[in-house]
Amino acid sequence: MDYVIEMLNIRKEFPGIVANDNITLQLKKGEIHALLGENGAGKSTLMNVLFGLYQPEKGEIRVKGQKVNITSPNIANELGIGMVHQHFMLVDTFTVTENIVLGSEPKKGLSIDMKKAEKEVQEISDRYGLSVDPKAKIADISVGMQQRAEILKTLYRGAEILIFDEPTAVLTPQEIKELIQIFKTLIAEGKSIILITHKLKEIIAVCDRVTVIRKGVGIDTLDVEGATPTQLASLMVGREVLFTTEKTTAVPKDVVLEISGLNVKDSRGVAAVRNLDLTVRSGEILGIAGVDGNGQSELIEAITGLRKISSGSIKLNGKKLSALKTRKITEAGVGHIPQDRHKHGLVLDFPIGDNMVLQTYYQRPYSKMSMLNNKEINKQAKKLIKEFDVRTPSEYTQARALSGGNQQKAIIGREIDRDPDLLIAAQPTRGLDVGAIEFIHQRLIDQRDKGKAVLLLSFELEEIMNVSDKIAVIYEGNIIATVDPKKTSEQELGLLMAGSKKKEAGEKKDV
Amino acid sequence: MFNRAQTILIPVISVALGLLIGAVVMIVSGYNPIDGYGALLKGSLGETFYIGETIRQITPYIFAGLAVAFAFRTGLFNIGVEGQLLVGWIASVWVGLAFDLPKIIHLPMAIAAGAIAGALWAFIPGILKARLRVHEVIVTIMMNYIALHLVNYLVRYVISDEQNTTDRVPESASLKSPFFEALTEFSTMHYGIFIALAGAIIYFIILEKTSTGFELRSVGFNQNASEYAGMNVNRNIVLSMVISGAFAGLGGAMEGLGTFGYGFIHGAFSGVGFDGIAVALLGGNVAIGVVLAAALFGILKQGALIMPLESGVPTELVEIVIAIIIFFVASSYIIAYLLQRFKKGAQ
Amino acid sequence: MKKRKFGLALSMVLAAGTILGACGSDDSEDTSTDSNAGGTEEESDFTVSMVTDTGGIDDKSFNQSAWEGMQAFGEENGLEEGVDGFKYFQSNNDADYVTNINTAARNDFDLVFGIGFLLTEAIEQVAAQQTDTNFAIVDSVAEGDNVASITFKEHEGSFLVGVAAGLTTESDKIGFVGGVESDLINKFAAGFKAGVEAVNPDAEIDIQFAGDFNNASRGQQMAAAMYGSGADVIYHAAGGTGNGVFTEAKNLKQQDPDRQVWVIGVDRDQAAEGALEADGEELNVTLTSMVKRVDIAVQDVSKQAMDGEFPGGEVIEYGIEEDGISIAETQDNLSQEILDEIESYQQQILDGEIEVPSTLE
Repeated sequence: MDYVIEMLNIRKEFPGIVANDNITLQLKKGEIHALLGENGAGKSTLMNVLFGLYQPEKGEIRVKGQKVNITSPNIANELGIGMVHQHFMLVDTFTVTENIVLGSEPKKGLSIDMKKAEKEVQEISDRYGLSVDPKAKIADISVGMQQRAEILKTLYRGAEILIFDEPTAVLTPQEIKELIQIFKTLIAEGKSIILITHKLKEIIAVCDRVTVIRKGVGIDTLDVEGATPTQLASLMVGREVLFTTEKTTAVPKDVVLEISGLNVKDSRGVAAVRNLDLTVRSGEILGIAGVDGNGQSELIEAITGLRKISSGSIKLNGKKLSALKTRKITEAGVGHIPQDRHKHGLVLDFPIGDNMVLQTYYQRPYSKMSMLNNKEINKQAKKLIKEFDVRTPSEYTQARALSGGNQQKAIIGREIDRDPDLLIAAQPTRGLDVGAIEFIHQRLIDQRDKGKAVLLLSFELEEIMNVSDKIAVIYEGNIIATVDPKKTSEQELGLLMAGSKKKEAGEKKDV
Repeated sequence: MFNRAQTILIPVISVALGLLIGAVVMIVSGYNPIDGYGALLKGSLGETFYIGETIRQITPYIFAGLAVAFAFRTGLFNIGVEGQLLVGWIASVWVGLAFDLPKIIHLPMAIAAGAIAGALWAFIPGILKARLRVHEVIVTIMMNYIALHLVNYLVRYVISDEQNTTDRVPESASLKSPFFEALTEFSTMHYGIFIALAGAIIYFIILEKTSTGFELRSVGFNQNASEYAGMNVNRNIVLSMVISGAFAGLGGAMEGLGTFGYGFIHGAFSGVGFDGIAVALLGGNVAIGVVLAAALFGILKQGALIMPLESGVPTELVEIVIAIIIFFVASSYIIAYLLQRFKKGAQ
Repeated sequence: MKKRKFGLALSMVLAAGTILGACGSDDSEDTSTDSNAGGTEEESDFTVSMVTDTGGIDDKSFNQSAWEGMQAFGEENGLEEGVDGFKYFQSNNDADYVTNINTAARNDFDLVFGIGFLLTEAIEQVAAQQTDTNFAIVDSVAEGDNVASITFKEHEGSFLVGVAAGLTTESDKIGFVGGVESDLINKFAAGFKAGVEAVNPDAEIDIQFAGDFNNASRGQQMAAAMYGSGADVIYHAAGGTGNGVFTEAKNLKQQDPDRQVWVIGVDRDQAAEGALEADGEELNVTLTSMVKRVDIAVQDVSKQAMDGEFPGGEVIEYGIEEDGISIAETQDNLSQEILDEIESYQQQILDGEIEVPSTLE
């Protein structure tokens, strides 16, 4: 066979664990090959071996049939292997071109020939349809563009094989579409791609073949054509996975959250939420659908007291929240699973146990006479770790050391355990694998069934459609429609999210 | 980040490397390092007099280290310890001179005055940071100069009658210890060391055992998440600076009521506040670490005075050793890397 | 974890103890040499030391001058540098004064000098404890029967350089940069002012204080402001801060060698500090210096102590008459007329015809 990359029987150990055990991955020229696995299955380790960041204990790597020994990323680059990391390796204050040439600057005498470099970058950008401005500063361009700058960087260094580590995790639906287009152009230009992901839809949409690994072991390599999401998911998780979360019909009761005429400005002082009305009842999950940047973050920050409102009112169980501080709002019965768990959800350098009392540490029994009671804190932590299946060596482990899914479970456990009347979940499953997503969705539904109100914000339509009892579409800071998920389609929602006011299939309800 | 074994190993290795390179410098400059370090140890711990002086030297270092470390744990860089120390010094002396009270009231009152003055001095950069986002490094540096010249003015025109020094504080407000002085052959050792050690314990309790400390640490690690969790970030910034300044002010009170027993016109900064940054860094910003680092600094600084007498090695060499130690602590990644290589090699 | 930390601390303490035990044993117990006997015995028995202020012995000022005096005394009397002869103790910090003075006394030096008024309190304190040792304080008055206080009539010398400044200035603007405002520095300012006014009543004198004896950049800024506003002579009495005055003056001279820019040095002959080269020409901005012969005073008092005539409890004033105060030997930048004028005023001071004020106003 005509393989450009062969990783044969790779084994990589870390103290105490085998991250990769006897994994084989073969990449054909001109194909998009998916590497599928749950968080922590060993995908990144395998790719870091290929990229020269780790040395395998066993197994061999061949590039175009030649056995090679990749001891550093530089050697990987020389062999035509480029990697686009999940967390970009870019200098914010440099331009795209400066970032691209960093480390291999074209010299003119002693100075860097930036003109020449810019021209080259422009050429590559045009050729692959990346439409990146070589002179733009990284700090000024969108995340999607930054990713393209990373792609350009690998191409500039002559990569033939591109590894993408979870490239869609940070992108908007529109950007994902564009990325898929870029993949196709790359393939047409003779490149080969390895795509690390746990999103089944993406695999089915773009990939030719898929290699599934589970808990460090290679499970199977199969053609994507003919494979079903259910099949791939069960290969990945090792058991049957239900895609549509089972739930009974909602029984909405009293109004819990009532927002009327809300106006909020964003950090730059521009109106982000405009005259917004919204009601969430107990016993229902209200999903907010919308393209990122339409006022969702500001809306949530306003409800939780993190952002000042310009006008309007927010009431919880009939009591005014708008003038209260975050702590009072939390105490009044609002739970908040923030969108960015690293930045807003956790103190990463704290033990996971301390993170579980991040809002309640000052209350009894965790504090008495403002002295902390570590015994009670750890008891609570142990309880939540067990209840919410947070996989951590102990409650003393730093939150930083946990995987994304377990960090999220810790946050969700913390918020749900307080049993708030209103639970706000912003992107609660972002970047998580199928198993964790299922677990979290079930927890949200359990809250609803207990008669609590849940406000779900997500950019993933599938999640919104699956979990919500009612969908409110937000556009430019305003709720432009409220639809019943059973009576709508992704197409219709997509149109609404894009600002189209047509509501043919959906029925408009008064909120 | 580093694991806990490394957080202990890195300062220890840094100290070892500092001493080692110091030895090399001594050899290169034609001195015998064994004599040099022998003299250093003798000059700091070799006689009861020297031990007394070393302990006296350690006292303000503990407070300065705690002050820097406390702010640091809340994510703030208090460069103003020097100035807070000076105002704490003069405030304690002032109260010492202005009142005539029984010792049981007078001494605690004078010490408290030092703490309060330091706290107030640090409150200004704290509130500026919290309200207007003015960077505390800039403000605290500038406040050092204001403190220096203000204190000199107070000494000359307010507390004394155009003298270079104030009167000595009366016995009722003095930390001086005839007992320790007799025990250590007239060293300047005073009761301050016990207050400093108590300060370290209070530091530990506030930060690790109280809900306030929980909040301060949380804000230090992640302001955003703390805000989301309902903590008042601005209040914590101010509180952290105030407590930090109180520690610094106490350090000043130890000098004012103990070591010197009076205030005087400072020709320049004492440097104790700046050394506090190094002490906090070396001590990893934890109470026991700060005490140990302060002890090391006290030993080095005291021993340095005797080194030229006993071995001819100039005192500046100790400054080199300290600088190298700080260099290695600050560039701890180098040591972490070396440790890793070492472990790999051993396998 | 906490237990381990404690264990580590404990083992460190233990380790330190072991090392101490090893090197503490050679700690000499030799009884003190009779400190008060002095002259009748062999000369080399006498030992003398000095404790600097934070400036150190290379401060190009009175610490250095004192050390030079001590070295000269040692040479004259066949003493070696070290514990058995003469020695200096460097203070890195105000808190080191007492420690150093005490250490000197404990090492059985017969006479311990404290250099600078900053050491006054420290000398008094230790002198009260170490009654077998003699102490001397330079530039200040300290109490105690075993303490000799050495002061200088700086106002007299400052008067003489004031005469030089008053006769030299063309702009009739003269600057004074003091270290820290204090009685001592005011003596310089007062004498200087009187000297200028004696010969040039029209001249304006700008008296300023840096608030610091060791901040050359502050000195430079102040000098820049003074020269900038038209002053052409600056007298500094500011130790290390004064070095900045020289720097600024030399910079100005470098840029424009024809410009009239002068500095009057203090404590020592500071001609070397003012030397520069511009356009291939050797120039010097040091007009003259007010020399305070700390070295002579140190030698003098040491000699007295060695001869058993230590002036304990006394205040010794060194002025023009005692050769303790003079203008610098380097006189290249002073014209013969000015020198004559200075000579005449010096005589008047000696004759008591002029009483130089020692305080401002």
